[in-house]
Amino acid sequence: MEWETVIGLEIHTQLSTRSKIFSGAATAYGAEPNTQACAVDLGLPGVLPVLNQEAVRMAVIFGMAIEANIAPYSVFARKNYFYPDLPKGYQISQMDHPIVGVGHLDIEVDGVIKRIGVTRAHLEEDAGKSLHEDFHGLTGIDLNRAGTPLLEIVSEPDMRNAKEAVAYMRKLHELVRYLGICDGNMQEGSFRCDANVSVRPKGQIEFGTRAEIKNINSFKFVEKAINHEVERQIALLENGGKVVQETRLYDSVKDETRSMRSKEEANDYRYFPDPDLLPVIIDEAFKAQMKAELPELPDAKKQRFKVDYQLDEESVAILTASRALADYFEAVNKKSGCEAKLCANWITGDLSAALNKAGLDIIASPINDERLSGLLARIGDGTISGKIAKQVFELLWQSAASADDIIAEQGLTQISDTGAIVAIIDKIIADNPNQVEQYRSGKDKMFAFFVGQVMKAMQGKANPAEVNKILKERL
Amino acid sequence: MHNKTLAELSLGLQAKTFSSVELTQCFLDRINQHQQLNAYITVTTELAMAQAKAADQRIANGTADLLTGIPIAQKDIFCTQGVVTTCGSKMLANFSAPYNATVVDKFYLAGAVMLGKLNMDEFAMGSSNETSYFGAVRNPWNINSVPGGSSGGSAAAVSARLAASATGTDTGGSIRQPAALCGITGLKPTYGRVSRYGMIAYASSLDQGGPMTRSAEDAAIMLQAMAGFDEKDSTSVDVPVPDYRANLNKSLAGLKIGLPKEFFGEGLDENVAATLATAIDEYRRLGAEIIDISMPNLKLAIPAYYVIAPAECSANLSRFDGVRYGYRCDNPTDLTDLYTRSRGEAFGKEVKRRILMGTYALSTGYYDAYYLKAQKIRRLISEDFKAALASVDVIMGPVTPSTAFGIGEKMDDPIAMYLSDIYTIAINLAGVPAMSIPAGFVAGMPVGLQLIGDYFSEDRLLNIAHQYQQVTDWHNFIPTGFE
Repeated sequence: MEWETVIGLEIHTQLSTRSKIFSGAATAYGAEPNTQACAVDLGLPGVLPVLNQEAVRMAVIFGMAIEANIAPYSVFARKNYFYPDLPKGYQISQMDHPIVGVGHLDIEVDGVIKRIGVTRAHLEEDAGKSLHEDFHGLTGIDLNRAGTPLLEIVSEPDMRNAKEAVAYMRKLHELVRYLGICDGNMQEGSFRCDANVSVRPKGQIEFGTRAEIKNINSFKFVEKAINHEVERQIALLENGGKVVQETRLYDSVKDETRSMRSKEEANDYRYFPDPDLLPVIIDEAFKAQMKAELPELPDAKKQRFKVDYQLDEESVAILTASRALADYFEAVNKKSGCEAKLCANWITGDLSAALNKAGLDIIASPINDERLSGLLARIGDGTISGKIAKQVFELLWQSAASADDIIAEQGLTQISDTGAIVAIIDKIIADNPNQVEQYRSGKDKMFAFFVGQVMKAMQGKANPAEVNKILKERL
Repeated sequence: MHNKTLAELSLGLQAKTFSSVELTQCFLDRINQHQQLNAYITVTTELAMAQAKAADQRIANGTADLLTGIPIAQKDIFCTQGVVTTCGSKMLANFSAPYNATVVDKFYLAGAVMLGKLNMDEFAMGSSNETSYFGAVRNPWNINSVPGGSSGGSAAAVSARLAASATGTDTGGSIRQPAALCGITGLKPTYGRVSRYGMIAYASSLDQGGPMTRSAEDAAIMLQAMAGFDEKDSTSVDVPVPDYRANLNKSLAGLKIGLPKEFFGEGLDENVAATLATAIDEYRRLGAEIIDISMPNLKLAIPAYYVIAPAECSANLSRFDGVRYGYRCDNPTDLTDLYTRSRGEAFGKEVKRRILMGTYALSTGYYDAYYLKAQKIRRLISEDFKAALASVDVIMGPVTPSTAFGIGEKMDDPIAMYLSDIYTIAINLAGVPAMSIPAGFVAGMPVGLQLIGDYFSEDRLLNIAHQYQQVTDWHNFIPTGFE
């Protein structure tokens, strides 16, 4: 039988607010356990939550970016369950009235564009962490993460294979970083995914029974976990079995999913509106303000880069992967006055390689857009050759000096003085009669030998165009 | 000294007729002499004396506030930094909060002296102060009777002059009912008038802190210190706080008093009814017009309350899990054991009953029938109050169906116990302010008259209460043995 896969994703994005969603404690990652948990995060008796406005702003701007309905009235609800890293015994989330309603995101797989529906996105607080290692059989609780704001983005079951799911996840990952609402750091858990997976005979309209795979924290694992789960469900069905509705956990080491709890074991969360918080009212004025603050989104930027800069697909993809890199490119293009292709080549080539090697992001680049522009400007006006530019780039990386200072200090200015080049060329022709003979007898390849000799003699500073021209004349 | 009102005490302190240290010592001695009432859970002798000394300094410096140096006591539901806050429960018997409730901070700032923490029903769940882990409080008017609850310790302490005044909290009548049964003045402000930050939650949408005092004027002074918007409590309301004493002496001529027929029907003790009728006559003499009104949805208040309050409490009390603070069972074998035994051993019967009721009401399949239905009723009740208060200035009625009942009398009959709040609960559902003021005695036991006003009309209620207290002296009676 031919099977069709149906996938819906729930993505938890950690909003990059400075303080927590309902308290003033810091959200920074990696602090000593329980040093970033205040009385509210600890769920002490008598404390009350106060909503962080910045979290609301971020949720609304996300809603705008996916062209979703922003709820004029949204409500926080308590989701009740007991767990040691959930200090209050309930999580403050949203249930019946989420802040972001129906929206969509377009993905591209194998050149085909597909629209994926977003059912809703709601604000909630994260729980703390249970630490099972290093406590001699006991469990440690770290509540630093408790109260960190999350935006849970729930998709429609619109994806039909793991590749589409990954494309959707990547697209969302790119978007939230563009919007500046999430740092996207998957290792630190800032962007996590639960996948709802089911299969059905091709052509059947009803969905099959789904399994939810929890907490997948990389693009690679999403693809593997889904593919594994699809295989498991098909094998089960083809052998006369039944898929049961359950929550499964993906084990990346064994590359398998295993059952966590069945539907029967699922909690009754007993959601009800949190009486400690007022409904969130969002008016038209606030929406208009958010709309005005909405940055250029990835799809629009890609299109503009293609048209305005005439760059190839690959360069566009690299340059627009983050807003910071795209901004960097545009700044260099403007400041250096060089053609877009040259700027793109340097940024996607030497600069990206150096950043990768050093494990740095573009925002932490030792060479800012100003200094790279200074270098490219000197290539553009012929002061230095591309080859010399690579040397200057190295020095730019290591020091704080400008390209002009480095060029002057190291005497790297390109020599375009015809007289000096002619003198050198004449000397080389005189010193290498055999090679001259070979060239003149038709061995064109020997031309490169002469270019090399001239460059060597002039320490690479000769203007290559001039060298070519004069060599041809003299030979 | 101990029989003076807050205003009189303030004058005495300013005039240096007595010092705050002397006054504080006087109350501490009285607390010590009358331990049989069991009004206090914790007496903060050292803190009180230190605060009294600081207050005397402030008075000497001329920087004193109205409440500077006056010894008051806090219901043990308000968190106090460095002082145990038990909420009347075994669960928190050893819990010391690392912060002060906003209300506590406000009194500290005003320079009031804190004598200690007052006994209460466990987690404010009860109408007799018998559910306290620290034992029942006794009514100063008859030590075999209950003082009411949940702010039973507060009412008994103020009535017996073991504190110049006290704080209480009211979720379904917990300030007004004990105030009535102990013959003192109690005010439940409009929901959102007093910050709930640091006030351990029972039912968050109903809980409201307020003063429990000897007179309406004292209540005005206390509320002045307690009221105000608090950015730490999203449900506190940012409306200006008026001068609560400014209009106390306003004439009541032309005042329209509404008497809902539902308040005076079956179930109300006839002697209590007669006492209230006399009080209403007094208002008539003060120039008020009496209007019969009807509030048809009042009868639905108790069932609605006993869905909403337990639902909220079932979540509010989940944090008491033995993991981070409070009671933890000995040698838990695993997580479930830790939870079930810590909670099972530390919560009392009434608390467990309400957690179970609330959990049930919120469960899948029951939510619509119970919780949502109760919320609808709540809206209807609010509408009843709005409609009534559009045509009258104040609604009056009983606070309790009878005077204080005997200790142990209703403990085995939760429904009978719940019905003792039949006249107070609807007010919390609507969120309007209400007071209980002493209106006479039946067989030597105090009777309270309830005054209910529109949202944020505390100043009007205080004026109406104060005028009555100018022509009556029920509020000045002192229980025998506590003179």
